[in-house]
Amino acid sequence: MYDGGKIIPGLIIFLLIITYPFYTNIGKPVAEIKPDLKTPEIERLEVKECVEPKAFMRAEHMKLLNEWRDSAVRDGNRVYINSKGKNYQISLQKTCLRCHSNRDKFCKVCHTYAGVKPYCWNCHFAKQEGKG
Amino acid sequence: MSLDRREFLKLTGLFGLGIGVSGVNLLLRSRVDAREFVTPSGSLIAKRWAMVVDIRKFRTAEDYKRVIDACHSIHNVPDFGNKKDEVKWIWTEEFEHAFPGQQNRYLPEWVIEKPFLLLCNHCDHPPCVRVCPTKATFKRKDGIVMQDPHRCIGCRFCMAACPYGSRSFNWRDPRPFIKKRNPEYPTRQIGVVEKCTFCAERLAQGLEPACVEKSNGAIIFGDLADPNSEVRRVLSNHYTIRRKPELGTQPSVFYIIGGEENA
Repeated sequence: MYDGGKIIPGLIIFLLIITYPFYTNIGKPVAEIKPDLKTPEIERLEVKECVEPKAFMRAEHMKLLNEWRDSAVRDGNRVYINSKGKNYQISLQKTCLRCHSNRDKFCKVCHTYAGVKPYCWNCHFAKQEGKG
Repeated sequence: MSLDRREFLKLTGLFGLGIGVSGVNLLLRSRVDAREFVTPSGSLIAKRWAMVVDIRKFRTAEDYKRVIDACHSIHNVPDFGNKKDEVKWIWTEEFEHAFPGQQNRYLPEWVIEKPFLLLCNHCDHPPCVRVCPTKATFKRKDGIVMQDPHRCIGCRFCMAACPYGSRSFNWRDPRPFIKKRNPEYPTRQIGVVEKCTFCAERLAQGLEPACVEKSNGAIIFGDLADPNSEVRRVLSNHYTIRRKPELGTQPSVFYIIGGEENA
């Protein structure tokens, strides 16, 4: 190899720079994401469960919300029967955000961690915004 | 390491199978069993919603204001305080502008001067729906021309297409300009078009549109496809006109002009 003496150290330095975030963070604790489930509305519930199981909601709530939107707006089907046969009104403001009335301590915790910026609240009121 | 043709094909097949299985797995993962979407019980259902505005029953400025305010406050319609940015779902206009093809200068004075209550006509052949490039606006099975602001890209083709001026664009963030917020209904955001929805959200709760409710019987709402409905009864007993019928959009908002008392 021509100029191997320059290329190989160069490559090593390049790799060191590009992997910098990995080896400096090895062994450090991962930032803890704890969405707050304690709202007065949830505390008042007899059975504390969401419209679907927790694991499903955590992973797929965005897809479910899209389905809810299409169903309500396009087909006029505004009632959701969940996997247990229970009925819920399809409404972000009147169903989801009524229980989860703490947007900043619930929704935003994970969204900030994942670096996503959903535009839900450009139009839909979080509980505290709806007044006045 | 060298592969012959046979080995290579075997490996390729295996690899493809693996991708397929993981793909199917990904698709199935997001499913939850036995769930369904249904229409709420007690909601108002029709084959073809329509409205009759009995303009004779609007006598004072208060009559118009009550109806317009009811609609605009329920739906969080902003008031920017200037005509240029105006967002409106239901509004008033002179006869000359509301019914330009039917205008003549010898009409009775009260017709020329009276404000007419205008809103989206929820046409049978809505030009706004034809031009929308994202299907953000569409016609429901019951005739309501709906708008899904999530999909609206703000191109404003629908505003150019609508011959009735029923659509408004949010040039600015509407939130600060909503006087009294209704927490039950969302607002819109900057860059989307909005208009009357025949109160689709109220029909789902079994309620008539807000303007109908507040009009003290001056606006009649019902199913055009049902020969026994009140709108059909009113339409068969009165001479009614529609806005710009010559365009062939088949509006489903009718106007009783009246004039019996002057005839």
